[in-house]
Parts: sequence; structure tokens; C-alpha cells
Amino acid sequence: MQQTRTVELGTGLFALLGMGALFFLTTQTTGGEDFSADETFEITARFDNVGSLRPRAPVSMSGVTIGRVTGIEFDPTALEAIVTMDVDARYDQIPEDSDASILTAGLLGSQYVGLQAGGSEFYLENGSEILLTQSAIVLENLIGKFLVRGGSDETSD
Amino acid sequence: MFRDLYYTVFEFVRTFGALQLFFLRLLMHTPTVLSRRFGLVIGQVYNAGALSLVIIVICGFFVGAVLGLQGFSNLSRFNAEDSVGAVAALALVKELGPVITALLFAGRAGTALSSEIGLMKATDQLSAMEMMAVNPIRRVVVPRFLGGVVAMPLLAAVFSMVGLLGAHLVCVPLLGVDVGSFWQQMQQSVEVADINEGIIKSIAFGIAASLLAVWEGYNAIPTAEGVGRATTRTVVLTAIVVLIFDFMITAVAI
Repeated sequence: MQQTRTVELGTGLFALLGMGALFFLTTQTTGGEDFSADETFEITARFDNVGSLRPRAPVSMSGVTIGRVTGIEFDPTALEAIVTMDVDARYDQIPEDSDASILTAGLLGSQYVGLQAGGSEFYLENGSEILLTQSAIVLENLIGKFLVRGGSDETSD
Repeated sequence: MFRDLYYTVFEFVRTFGALQLFFLRLLMHTPTVLSRRFGLVIGQVYNAGALSLVIIVICGFFVGAVLGLQGFSNLSRFNAEDSVGAVAALALVKELGPVITALLFAGRAGTALSSEIGLMKATDQLSAMEMMAVNPIRRVVVPRFLGGVVAMPLLAAVFSMVGLLGAHLVCVPLLGVDVGSFWQQMQQSVEVADINEGIIKSIAFGIAASLLAVWEGYNAIPTAEGVGRATTRTVVLTAIVVLIFDFMITAVAI
């Protein structure tokens, strides 16, 4: 009897430890600083180039995550990318003329949307569109420009 | 000479087919065993899983620690030592966790299974069960197989978790990587799909390792030498099959 109880106890502990490890892996190693808010409002912004921005990327203001990107679509008539973002409803006093830019976390990090406060007395609300935007800096384009300029200098000699 | 080759190929195909049929037989008995002899399965989860924890935890810790050291020294050439968390986590969750756990499992639990079943066969215990109208497949083989299949994914998860703690301990207090960027970079690069890949791998390896172990034991030549040979073959075959499976699953997942 004692024997079976030890076995059952050991098995139970083992199974709990294994599931705990799985839980640890799924919650602690994935997802990033997961933004969760009960109520959000949706804003949009148009960019010439979103670079490698992905849905679920953070929207941050002063370095604090206040929302996340929910969708990226291409507008075939304006030839621009439309980025839809959900922002925590607590932050309902963001000036309407704030500007949005796509930034990179570190040299090789992932891209996110950074908001820079404007000075308007009107605030962003559900369905607002941010008009002042700055596209992602695409490293290849920068290098390309640099190379082309270097090349033309040589030929002009 | 030509006949020998013919015979070898023929035997290989026959053994392979017999293994498939054996697997089907185990699956056929699985529902009955689960409903009527659940206690036996629990006992085998304890044998294969709980008793393997010591080796899994120690090896996992040091594998993670080495990943941390290697990752740090190589990434610091590019000034990217903050990414060491991401590197260690991806390597552990997707590859090293399932694969090394399966190899350790073959050495710790697989050999125990095949030598136990082989010795039962050599001492005529299996025949005795049949004489008493007890089906040895149902009473001995299937619970051991299921115990291994259940234990393996849990062991792999423990291995990965302990490995991450090892990497953390080496990188953060010892090498001075910032604790925030260590976990932040990890969380940005590991996705749920990566963890699922690891789980799928460990389930597949668990089935393969347990099946080969009970198969080798059940078909061992019933002598001292035969049981020894069966045990060796279990480890060798499991290592080969696990690494081939690993390649195939990774190729499909990417």
C-alpha cells in the first residue's frame, strides 16, 4: 500500500512539474510585453512604407506600450499602407495632431509604432486617423542610396 | 554473396513490417488498457518519467548553461549579446529540448524497458502469463509503451525550462547581460508555433523511443546475451530514428 502511494505521489508531482514547465514556456518565453486592456479604441494611420511592421507589434508613446497594431492593409487607390491600431481606452487625451512613426527597437530589433505628442486641444478618439506619419527606414534603401552616391562620385572624376 | 544481400534486404523489410504490425497491436489494446488497467500505466509513467527527472534536470541545466556561454561569446563579436536569451530559448524549445531528452530517455528509460521485458521473456514469465490466460501484451507491454509516450513530452518541457534557467544563471549574474533585454529579446522572438513544434517533436520521439524499446525487449533472444544485445540495439536504433525524425519534422515545420 505504501509502495503504490509513493508511486502515485511521484507520478502526480512529475505530471504537475511537466505541466508547470509547459505553462512556463508558453507564458514566459513568448508574446513579448503583452498588451491587454479591457476597453480600446481604434485609430488608423497611413504610411508610404511600413517596412517589416507586423500585426501585434506594440504602439508606444514615451516608451510605454499603450496599444498594439491590429491590422496592416494596402490601399490600392492611394497606394499607401493603412495601419490599424487598438489603443487602451484609458489614454483618451492624446492630442489629435500627434505624429506616428515606425521605429526599430535596437539595431536588429523588431519594429513598432511610436507616437509623438502634438499640441492640439482635440484628442484622438475611436475612428480617428493620424495624419502626420513617418515611414519605416528601410536599411537596404539607405545602403542603396549610399552606394549610388559613392559610385557617381567616382565616375564624375 | 548475392543471395546474402537479397536475404538481408528481405529481412529488413520483413522486420520493418513486423514493427508496424506490432505498433498497430499496441494501439488496438490501448483503449482497454486505459480503461481497465490505468494503475499500471500510472506506475510506468512513474518509472519512465519521474525516475528520469534527475538526469533530465542536471543535463538540461548544463546544456542551457553552455548555450548561454557559447551564445554570449559568439554574439558579443557582433555586439549582440542581448540576443543570447532568444538564441538559447529557440535552440532549447525547438531542437535541443526534444532531441536530447529523447536520447537521454533512450538511455535511462528505454534500456530499462527493453531489458525488463527481455528478461521476463528469458525467464519464461511472458509464457507463464499466457498459460494463465493473461495477455502479456496487455499486461506488460502496452502500459510500458503508454508510460513512455506520456512521460516524454513532460520531460522535454522540464528540460527546456531548466535549460532556460541555466542560461539565465550563466548570462545574467555571471556574464552581466541585462536581465530585461535577456527576457525581452527572448519573448520577442519565440512564438507559440515554436513551442508547438517542440511539443509535436517530443510526442513523436516519445512514441518512437517507447515503441522501439518495448519492441526490442519483446523480440529479444531469450538468453543473457540476447537481452544485452536487445538493450544495445534499443539505444542505437532510438538515436538513429530520433535524429531522422527530427530532420523530417523540422523540414515540414519550416
